[in-house]
Amino acid sequence: MIDVLYFAWVRERIGLPRETVQTEAATARDLIAELILRDERYALAFADLKSLRVALDQKLSNFDAPLHGVREIAFFPPMTGG
Amino acid sequence: MRLSVQPQPFDLGAESNAFAAQANRAGAIVTFTGIVRNTDGALIGMEIEHYPGMTEVAIAAIMDTAMARWSLTDALVIHRHGSLAPGEAIMMVATAAPHRAAAFAAAEFLMDYLKSRAPFWKKEVGENGAEWVAALHDDEQSLARW
Repeated sequence: MIDVLYFAWVRERIGLPRETVQTEAATARDLIAELILRDERYALAFADLKSLRVALDQKLSNFDAPLHGVREIAFFPPMTGG
Repeated sequence: MRLSVQPQPFDLGAESNAFAAQANRAGAIVTFTGIVRNTDGALIGMEIEHYPGMTEVAIAAIMDTAMARWSLTDALVIHRHGSLAPGEAIMMVATAAPHRAAAFAAAEFLMDYLKSRAPFWKKEVGENGAEWVAALHDDEQSLARW
């Protein structure tokens, strides 16, 4: 079980701010592959990983980092603060 | 060092004065304020989304780095989220240091990192709909100089 959070246009495309997912995915890239199989909304949101960022337990990470022990994963576009 | 991530407006003058009043070990204070830009006059407002929890941790880490690297005596970051009108202040940073070069450099460093490492997302609302602000390649490039 992992909490999956979506922000900005990723949230809008998927239609949810967060959900809990039952998964054995080893990496964010694997989790995305599983989500895309579920519904085309995910395929739309995850069409171009180069335009996305991922955080594991609220720390910026990368799509191939291990998910073992991670409780919260977040997907979002590049940040535009300041 | 103080950090506030908040939906409500802040009083730039009051915050600057309070920061200066406590900076008696510094010789220089730099403040920067970012406001909602209405480039062509067509902007109705701005919506700023953030990642509660990660936002505070990420900004605190950036501030810690700046405090240590430029030997700041104090630093302040206020960043708003939610709905903002054109011309409203989005955020401010203030840095206090013994000399101005460090205060200026630290303020620029804080701004560069807040732009692309603090989890905020801006959406511009105009007469013809709303659009997410795209991150600029330059924003990422500007981190390289540090």
